[in-house]
Amino acid sequence: MMSSHWRPPRLSLRFVPVWQRHFLVWRKLALPSVLGNLADPMIYLFGLGFGIGMLVPEVAGVPYITFLAAGMVCYSTMNSASFESLYSSFSRMHVQKTWDAILNAPVELDDILLGELVWAASKAFLAGAAILLVVTLVGFTETRYALWVLPLIVLVGLTFAALGLIVTALAPSYDFFMYYFTLFITPMTLLSGVFFPIDQLPAGVRFLTDILPLTHAIQIARPLLLGEIPQAIAIHLLVLIAYGVAGFWVALAHTRRRLLT
Amino acid sequence: MNDGALGTAALPAGHSAADDGRAPLAIRALTKHYGDTQVVAGVDIELRRGECFTLLGPNGAGKTTILRCALGLTTASSGEITLAGLPVPERAREARMRVGIVPQLDNLDPDFTCAENLLVYGRYFGFHDVDIAARIPELLAFAGLEGKRNERIQTLSGGMKRRLTLARALVNRPELLVLDEPTTGLDPQARHLIWDRLKRLIRDGTTVLLTTHFMDEAERLSDRLAILDAGRILTEGSPRQLIAAHVEPQVVEVYGDWTGEGVRGGGAEAWAVGHADAFSRRFEISGETAFCYVSDAAPLIAHLETQPGLRYLHRPANLEDVFLRLTGRELRD
Repeated sequence: MMSSHWRPPRLSLRFVPVWQRHFLVWRKLALPSVLGNLADPMIYLFGLGFGIGMLVPEVAGVPYITFLAAGMVCYSTMNSASFESLYSSFSRMHVQKTWDAILNAPVELDDILLGELVWAASKAFLAGAAILLVVTLVGFTETRYALWVLPLIVLVGLTFAALGLIVTALAPSYDFFMYYFTLFITPMTLLSGVFFPIDQLPAGVRFLTDILPLTHAIQIARPLLLGEIPQAIAIHLLVLIAYGVAGFWVALAHTRRRLLT
Repeated sequence: MNDGALGTAALPAGHSAADDGRAPLAIRALTKHYGDTQVVAGVDIELRRGECFTLLGPNGAGKTTILRCALGLTTASSGEITLAGLPVPERAREARMRVGIVPQLDNLDPDFTCAENLLVYGRYFGFHDVDIAARIPELLAFAGLEGKRNERIQTLSGGMKRRLTLARALVNRPELLVLDEPTTGLDPQARHLIWDRLKRLIRDGTTVLLTTHFMDEAERLSDRLAILDAGRILTEGSPRQLIAAHVEPQVVEVYGDWTGEGVRGGGAEAWAVGHADAFSRRFEISGETAFCYVSDAAPLIAHLETQPGLRYLHRPANLEDVFLRLTGRELRD
């Protein structure tokens, strides 16, 4: 029986009504949610961008706030996907028992989890795209390749939603999520090139940064927003996809074990 | 309103074609264990079309686990399950298209109104919004919630939530309705209203499978019931059959402070030890009360009238007597 939790995901379009359900809830509570999603990265962007920008005239050949813009787009996407797939999914699974209700209909757990994944990525898309819009409007970016960041935002949202769902599957309570943020998300944010270029880091640390998914998101987003074509795009994309696919599978196996035994 | 539309009579044409003669649910040799703990120890159940079948058992008897296995929500350790003609768990999702489920705990969506709850639930079945919307007034009327269409769930009483959960389970016009302890936690008025709705559904041809630990509920609703303990079915039959088969027809409960034969403060127990045997086919002492099972209560009652301090209650035997006889009187915490 143990191994059957690891059987491949059985996905169907039944995830769509699950997504629609989350969308309907969100529509009712949209304004505070949007403001909350945007406020945090905006404060970082303008606070750090102008504050540190005054001390550091240029980073990697561009004004600091321009350098920071790509990092903030990725950070905002990651954060939004993580919060949704942790706190909100956990509420639906464990507190409100929304998943139990859905499972009584002709919908499988695999569909529910896919619905959660796509929904968290949808919210993350909104969060990432909003920052992208702001930095573009304010003129912190080259606009030539800026639209190419949009599909990247989709992928980054899916990747971090999948990772978040693993933690949700294992969480006994909301308190558990603090570990994920303090031990994974926050160090990763500092080490993956959001705030400063990673090539300054010592070689040992570079090894660590290279296996972090956020690093690869930024390696694509930053050149695009500086009007350049990123190098080794395929590798960066593959790393993000691998984290996403493996993450979803692991999350599904643990969720099956949690709810279906 | 048109009650008939909520029963199987109005099932979409596609459903009735496959219905010939097959049981809405058939369970054979079902077992389920968690590690070394056996929760279901070999259970067979076959529902007949249009009947109300009840699983009656103390807490922890395995009722909910049997339902979860039957619906494909957890995998059985062994056994065969056919739900709506389809093998479970392999085709459980398809089978649930024809089944309505009322869970033990309310899991309505607190962010939605009554109507939105029904709409969103209908979408899980793949129904179109227009079709669900057309059905909502009928479902709300059935639940007695016509005026609450746009009320949020938080404003509803416990009984209203239960009725909405019942209405939600009917959104797909199920041929089988499964209810897990449908009236636990409700006040008497709310329970009677739920029973009334269930009777209507049964009358209109819906097959109903329910679990309960309330004897009156089982006795009132079921055509057949199975008494369950420790994962096994102890006996199965109609309420009347079970009473006739397992207990004497009359019960006299004797209690009070017996002061006969010079005994002071002896209680009913002291009386029963000396006298109950002479008048009853069988008696049990539980706490302060002696339960005397008799076919003719008249001689016992005549005797009790002469005993100072004793009080008694004479009643026909019921399902609770069967249940306690078969499962014992010890607490099941």
